[in-house]
Amino acid sequence: MTTTAPVLEMRGISKSFGPVQALRDVSLTAHAGEVHALMGENGAGKSTLMKILSGAHAPDPGGEVLVGGERMPLGNPKLAKAHGVAVIYQELTLAPNLSVAQNVFLGNEKSSRGIVNRRGMAAATRPILDRLGVSFRPDTKVARLSLGERQLVEIARAMSTNARIIVMDEPTTSLSSRETEKLFAVIAGLKEQGIAIVYISHRMDEIYQLADRCSVLRDGAYVGTLSRDELDASRLVSMMVGRDLSTFYKKDHKPTEAERDVVLAVEGLSDGVEVFDCSFKVHKGEVLGIAGLVGSGRTELLRLIYGADPATAGRVLLDGAEVTPKTPREALDHGIVYLTEDRKALGLFLDMSISDNVSMAVADRDAKAGGVRNFARAAERARSAIEALSIRAPSASLTVGALSGGNQQKVLLARLLETNPRVLLLDEPTRGVDVGAKSEIYRLIDGLAEQGLAIVMVSSELPEIVGVADRCLVMREGRIAGEVAAGPDKPIEQEAVMAFSTGAPGERGGASLAARGETGR
Amino acid sequence: MSEATMEDAGRKRGRAKALITALGMLPVLILLAVGFELLTGKFLSVNNISIVMQQASINIVLAAGMTFVILTGGIDLSVGSILAASAMAAVIGSLWPGGLAYLGIAAGLGLGLAFGLINGALIALLRLPPFIVTLGALTAVRGVARLLGDDTTVFNSNLPFAFIGNGTFLGIPWLAIIAIAVVLISWFVLRATVLGTWIYAVGGNQEAARLTGIKVSLVILFVYGVSGLLAGLGGVMSAARLYAANGLQLGQAYELDAIAAVILGGTSFVGGVGSIWGTLIGALIIAVLSNGLILTGVSDIWQFIIKGLVIIVAVALDRYRLRGGART
Repeated sequence: MTTTAPVLEMRGISKSFGPVQALRDVSLTAHAGEVHALMGENGAGKSTLMKILSGAHAPDPGGEVLVGGERMPLGNPKLAKAHGVAVIYQELTLAPNLSVAQNVFLGNEKSSRGIVNRRGMAAATRPILDRLGVSFRPDTKVARLSLGERQLVEIARAMSTNARIIVMDEPTTSLSSRETEKLFAVIAGLKEQGIAIVYISHRMDEIYQLADRCSVLRDGAYVGTLSRDELDASRLVSMMVGRDLSTFYKKDHKPTEAERDVVLAVEGLSDGVEVFDCSFKVHKGEVLGIAGLVGSGRTELLRLIYGADPATAGRVLLDGAEVTPKTPREALDHGIVYLTEDRKALGLFLDMSISDNVSMAVADRDAKAGGVRNFARAAERARSAIEALSIRAPSASLTVGALSGGNQQKVLLARLLETNPRVLLLDEPTRGVDVGAKSEIYRLIDGLAEQGLAIVMVSSELPEIVGVADRCLVMREGRIAGEVAAGPDKPIEQEAVMAFSTGAPGERGGASLAARGETGR
Repeated sequence: MSEATMEDAGRKRGRAKALITALGMLPVLILLAVGFELLTGKFLSVNNISIVMQQASINIVLAAGMTFVILTGGIDLSVGSILAASAMAAVIGSLWPGGLAYLGIAAGLGLGLAFGLINGALIALLRLPPFIVTLGALTAVRGVARLLGDDTTVFNSNLPFAFIGNGTFLGIPWLAIIAIAVVLISWFVLRATVLGTWIYAVGGNQEAARLTGIKVSLVILFVYGVSGLLAGLGGVMSAARLYAANGLQLGQAYELDAIAAVILGGTSFVGGVGSIWGTLIGALIIAVLSNGLILTGVSDIWQFIIKGLVIIVAVALDRYRLRGGART
């Protein structure tokens, strides 16, 4: 950490939307060459604070923002940009059919007498790309770049305006691990160039890796800041949640391992592209975790089992009898359900009510004669789901799009559970869900296992797998690379999982390291 | 955006949006009617309202089918051509020597349904884009319509079902009764049946619908089938009114009026949001505009311009509604 004057100082920022106070007297500083992480549950006020910094929102009177010691006028995105503030949002704002250079200068084109100077823009983009150490060229079309590379284009755009402060809002959400590494290398480079970075993330491992300091917001108020040597996961989580987290995970269910209790068996399942020859068994009352890097074929494997994509080889057996669903409908009819990792794009009907969303998969089962909807039954299902899963919604007729991430996820889970499934395939069940709802979802999974469901859970968060699962398969490049089981008094060893997923047991911790695995709470 | 405040704002927006959707364009319809009455002094006469209903009825029937299609996020550009082909089939069928009196009706409806199902099969099973498929059908079916009568106008001065086009029941034109019945049945299907819920689900999020176990192909086949069937009904109504059909001229650009009615009625062009009542109001606005502009003596050139502008304003409203939506 540097000792110079901070390049960014936000003081006493408050913001209310009507009667709701989103931010109360929040202050934040960032120094040149520092990565300042910002954490908090969904709804804690992180995005609002960053929108005030970028000029998208004007704060309530009283607060001030100083950039390089100079007071910045608020509520004006153009002036914020001119002061060297750049924000990279989760949803990228690039034009895919234009070149990298055109995107870097989008809205800021170099031109003479109204004619765009393409060559000049490309020439000006090249040194920026060099500084970022990227492999694509200024004239590459953005459409041909990966998501991670597109993020780098956004960063290049920020650098072209001589940004001194770059805000990144959960930049790694859709990146592969390799792209994430690349991004982190770029962030290290930006630090060296004296740029201050405000980094919003839900992922502990990223915070450990990147942050010089980490500030936590809760319910719109500033809770505290930890410096790099004070960083500690349980401390951060309890700051975010405001309570002790000794009971964050719950694992009371007792899996059976008897061969006669095998519910789901997968044999040699392949799609010929991303999944190869995967075989495993799940017992009654067991939670089987599937770990592995993003892109290792975990989601694709679940979708194959569910019949969402066609399999080229292999079988799916339920209670020893082959079912191998060819469509999701068939899987549902056999009692196999799948929770997508992308609830907005692939799961929910955002314009429809909670009641319709919860009962959608069973609407035909509930129907009266002539295919007429049974609305009373649908409302009843929704009411009991709202209660059982503590979905925070004033009424079952509310549109799902108006709910927070955690509550949306519970609605989607409720839909699956209404079908009375025997096998749950959960893909990142707590992605984009705040800490409180996460804990509730873990409890739910535990309770379902106790009732005897067979559960497969894909997760990118190792502590989650350690905290909830009984066994863990690790996927690498479309194959099952290994299995790590929890012992009677010994949780799943994270190092062993990491070793299997990277395929480098020597470097990343083999058997000897794994034995003293530092595990979840 | 998942801040608590956003959620609250989203809820408020959701409520405002629900109100806009519910009220829809009804105020516009009333304003137009009152305005034309003030300008002409004869718009709101019983006689004229009956004429407006009659003029609106065929477009209401087409637009009802179009509502099903657009709710799934699709489009059916072929309804005008299907109407023409069905009208030809209806008149030719009624001329069949020794045939049943109502064979023409069955021929018109059957042909419309068949074309609709072909559209639906191409879209649902071969996964071709609806715009392309129905654009092709627009041209091809127009050709079929001309082929059916050897490119001439077919007449039947003793059309057995002519009362549909010109008769009344308890003083209400049969055309209007049919249109209202179509709206009521559509409302029931969309609002109260599982199939209706599936239609909204497919339009709202097709991939989610598939993963939820909804038979998406069946839903798509159904909506294009309905659109074709109702275009066939429109053809029968049109033939009944004219005692004749012409494959070249009949139903030209009717698909545009039907789409305009659906969009005016607040149904989202990307699917998933909308109602049949909105479509009814949308179709009535178009009919009132046409009728009122004639009564006020505006030249038909200006009628085109004004109607076109109304469609653009409607799409602008659609955009505004989507932006105001509760998607956080």
